[in-house]
Amino acid sequence: MTRDLAVHAEGLVRTFGDVRALDGIDLTVERGQVVGLLGPNGAGKTTTVRILSTLLAPTAGRATVAGFDVVKQADEVRRSIGLTGQYAAIDEYLTGRENLRMFGGLYHLTPKYVKERSEELLDWFDLSDAADRPAKTYSGGMRRRLDLAASLVAQPSILFLDEPTTGLDPRSRLGLWDVINNLVAQGTTVLLTTQYLEEADQLAQDIVVIDHGRVIAHGTSEQLKDQIGGDRIEITVTDPTRVDDAVRAVRSVSTGEPLVEEFRVSAPVSGGSTVLVNAIRALDAEGIEVSDLVLRRPTLDDVFMSLTGHAAEDETTAVTPAKGRRGRGSK
Amino acid sequence: MATLTMGTPQMMRRPLLGWTIHDGLVVARRNLIQTVRIPEMLFFSLVQPVIFVLLFAYVFGGAIPIPGDAGADAYRNYLMPGIFGQTVAFAAASSTVGLAEDMHKGIIDRFRALPMSPPAVLVGRTLADAVRQILVLFVLSITGFIVGWRISNGLLPAIGAYALLLLFAYTVAWIGSWVGLHMPNPETANTAGLAWLFPLTFLSNAFVPISSMPTWLQTFAAYNPVSTVVLASRELFGNPTGIQPDYWPLQHASLYTLISCAVLIAVFATLAVRKYARTTSR
Repeated sequence: MTRDLAVHAEGLVRTFGDVRALDGIDLTVERGQVVGLLGPNGAGKTTTVRILSTLLAPTAGRATVAGFDVVKQADEVRRSIGLTGQYAAIDEYLTGRENLRMFGGLYHLTPKYVKERSEELLDWFDLSDAADRPAKTYSGGMRRRLDLAASLVAQPSILFLDEPTTGLDPRSRLGLWDVINNLVAQGTTVLLTTQYLEEADQLAQDIVVIDHGRVIAHGTSEQLKDQIGGDRIEITVTDPTRVDDAVRAVRSVSTGEPLVEEFRVSAPVSGGSTVLVNAIRALDAEGIEVSDLVLRRPTLDDVFMSLTGHAAEDETTAVTPAKGRRGRGSK
Repeated sequence: MATLTMGTPQMMRRPLLGWTIHDGLVVARRNLIQTVRIPEMLFFSLVQPVIFVLLFAYVFGGAIPIPGDAGADAYRNYLMPGIFGQTVAFAAASSTVGLAEDMHKGIIDRFRALPMSPPAVLVGRTLADAVRQILVLFVLSITGFIVGWRISNGLLPAIGAYALLLLFAYTVAWIGSWVGLHMPNPETANTAGLAWLFPLTFLSNAFVPISSMPTWLQTFAAYNPVSTVVLASRELFGNPTGIQPDYWPLQHASLYTLISCAVLIAVFATLAVRKYARTTSR
């Protein structure tokens, strides 16, 4: 029924009192694939992962993980997955080694296996030197690595990573990305939630954008970018009073209405680098001085903005589009 | 970066005692390691009862007469089992706060996503909190000896008294676990979550004879298992008991303690395990 799918969810709904946290999520992850679940805070990313990892029962809909039903076969699901949450869920008074051995024991693995596996993981995650120190003394990046190591003790084929790098400094984030890419290269299926567009871009082949508990877009990063039109031109003017003139100049070369953000004017264009030349001519004809002029591929930020009407990391979301979606979503 | 082994790990066969006991022991071990790693917590959990011993023995002691026993050391001998009873009742506190912290840190989520036996987290918690009381009772007993408390009924009954106290600690640890699972955060657990322990331990014969209380309070105190575990300990240690009002639990202190512990564990273990299954952190 669910073939060789690692994750298969149909019409997942979860309500908390009056709040409809999930409003009919469909999700498919094939084995060996990395899927990024992208959305702002409160979009329903964590709720989705909690349902798939058997921590929460869906109000409606059904889901299988590794071919097992998350409600009826929770134990089989738990044996097949590793879960790393938003906060490093390790025991900070136990040493790194003790943490791994404890979790190994709770997976009902043989003590001999747990011993060997713990050493392997400590080594692989570069924690061997700190293995006998209480996790309390670890840095944020080390804790995350230990947390991820703990979820790999039983060699799960599917890994759920709920905002794995939230709160990490850039260097630790890069390190963790490396680790995740390595796991993927070895065949692990990963479902990853993130609110960092860059992270989804870096790690995931397939991106599912959710907002207000619904899937609003789905595709590869390239597909999503194409969906809102190809390249964008972006110019920054030196003199703020000339912004309106700049808009007029940009409009003459663009394929869509320019957006203005303070000194910056951006607009979708087609035709590659000749557009740049034309833009410069148009600006020059008006005598507008620019401090910056670029042609760039749209980022996932642009995708998100065009899909939802608000930025991905903006929590006080725009009211109008939200209302529209809710209207369609309600029964 | 070297490759990490991926494949099928070796699973253990089901141990003789079942997974709940196996997993419970793994969790209990973890909780006991925590105790060793945070010596200041253990230290402060000992300081309060030791201060109570000194306070009651030297400050209040002279003002509290023990009916039926006028000896100079009567109150101190009467007091010690009361302190034991009150102290082990506070095993519930570490269960409440410990679980609230585990939920807060997301470690309960991780446990719940493991293929482990679900009640094991609570079994391990209560077991560790009861085991910790062995050390607490040991330190308190030494303090007692110093202020003049004596075991005067032989070794075997004394062991019985300690066993009964530990059973009681295990019982309240289950109640504390159930309370802890309802706490929204560790801060609340540390205050509101412990509030019930004070009336429970003071509305008993732990510090004053029940016969000195107004009648309506006597009824509550007589049926309070804190009273009967304390009274049973006094009998087993051979310490003065005072004169007991005519309530069945006070006439059969050991039996009533065993029955009420069994009933309370059955009720609160069921409630706590059920609550745990539905618990979501944060």
